[in-house]
Amino acid sequence: MDRAAIIGVGMTKIEKAKVGETFADMAWEAVNKALADAGMTIDDIDNVVTTSSDFWDGRTISCMAVGDASGAAHKNVSCVEGDGTYGAFYGMTRSISGSYKTTLVTGHSKGSQSVSSLITNAAFDPIYERGLGMDMVTACAMQARAYMHRTKTTPEQVAMVSVKNHGNAQKNPLSQLPMKLTVNDVLKSEMVADPLHKLDCSPVSDGCAAVIIAHESVAAKFKQKPVWIKGVSFCADSFFFGDRDLSRAKSLTEAAQKAYAMAGIKDPKKEIDLAEVYDAFTYQELMWLEEMGLADDATAGKLLEKGEFNIDGRLPVNASGGLLSGHPVIAAGLYSMAAVVKQLRGDAGGYQVKKAKTGLVHGVNGLGGQSHCVWILDKDK
Amino acid sequence: MSDQFKGIEPMVYNSKINVPYSWWAGDTASKFFITLRDEKKIIGTKCGACKKVFVPPRKACPTCFTENTEWVSVSDEGTVLSYAVARRQFAAIPGDKKAPVVWGLIKLDGADTAMLHYLDEVKPEDVTIGMRVKAVFSNERKGTVRDISHFKPVK
Repeated sequence: MDRAAIIGVGMTKIEKAKVGETFADMAWEAVNKALADAGMTIDDIDNVVTTSSDFWDGRTISCMAVGDASGAAHKNVSCVEGDGTYGAFYGMTRSISGSYKTTLVTGHSKGSQSVSSLITNAAFDPIYERGLGMDMVTACAMQARAYMHRTKTTPEQVAMVSVKNHGNAQKNPLSQLPMKLTVNDVLKSEMVADPLHKLDCSPVSDGCAAVIIAHESVAAKFKQKPVWIKGVSFCADSFFFGDRDLSRAKSLTEAAQKAYAMAGIKDPKKEIDLAEVYDAFTYQELMWLEEMGLADDATAGKLLEKGEFNIDGRLPVNASGGLLSGHPVIAAGLYSMAAVVKQLRGDAGGYQVKKAKTGLVHGVNGLGGQSHCVWILDKDK
Repeated sequence: MSDQFKGIEPMVYNSKINVPYSWWAGDTASKFFITLRDEKKIIGTKCGACKKVFVPPRKACPTCFTENTEWVSVSDEGTVLSYAVARRQFAAIPGDKKAPVVWGLIKLDGADTAMLHYLDEVKPEDVTIGMRVKAVFSNERKGTVRDISHFKPVK
């Protein structure tokens, strides 16, 4: 298979409410930042993939509304509904398809403009489930309960994820919620949906991110150091909650193993230097790490306590501050991807980790992690 | 990004999306709802290959990718696999429910999958994983998932 690399990234600051920018305005900013980062002009881009969600955007065919601002005029533009990592997957396949060489991928959303409970409630099956009134928060509360029960992970351990990630965000100027917290602050914050406190949940956020993915034949043609895609896979579990073991993420284990195999990784605990994982809720960081084999089963909470996932630990996790510190849904996975790209280039500034050769990016789609997308990126080809 | 917009009052266009929509329940869910409404019984579909019983019923087995041809009755009692408690009155919660609202993931005896529904007649603090619960049917049944009012603890 031909190879591809990420040669440019651009992100808006993540904010609670971007009152000065429309969706297209955010895309304009992120796209121009990515082009500048890559040392490219819009004419160097030969196709565009936008990532959005109609419900979150409050319109149908939402992908077409940001095409102009993404420089898609006269280009082949296509779209993905879901997390940005899935848009990037499509973008990568286009770049290595033989039809295109450079793909611009964007992802945007504005949580501030809608009522997230109603939007995420609409993800439930309309015939059997939706009328019961669950949403993403209560769905994940149910999963948190199942995971913590099975693994004996404590509320204190889960709260430490919030302390760590909000703390890391203090070094990331793009982050929405940099905070110096204690475990007690998290446990004393409002109980939103047991066992999730307010500070166990990611905030409502606005933002747009863009990445440029190039075929290997042109990856070194521009200014930026390419970051190589070594492995990538996504897998999905059953749609209905009751069909799955909610305390597990079987599809994540499958996706991770496939991505590791593609990248030639035999011992992920040793070979992966850093990870940005989808921490929409605190417990998820621990659960996803275990399901990806980056921590042994039911041990992630204990390893976190030992500092293993700190910025200076064995495996820095969400050194950027993660999604707990700013969660523009849909764009989220592209922010994580851009954070890992910056780490591998040595450009992460205040949140730069020491050893950064191989990094993992993780994106999620669906309620309680129905589907997972795992990327292995590397400094070297 | 530029200073020319400094100090401009942010304007908002307030609106709402309100599009009537009707989902045909389909033959499989229709049979399930009719049986709930008329007989106060919970039924599922069974996969001919792996023998898994699906509640709520699906036409096809996602694992075997074969059509579920057999209908089976399951118990109105089951076990709580997990649960969630809404402390806030989230916007998605129906108007007749007031926080705290408790939802359970309930595996009925005779079923291999679990279904979501309300847990009630129990304090949120007293709900546990593994708890045995029983369906309470609504007095007025209209052929929806809420023909089951909620599940209550088995005494």
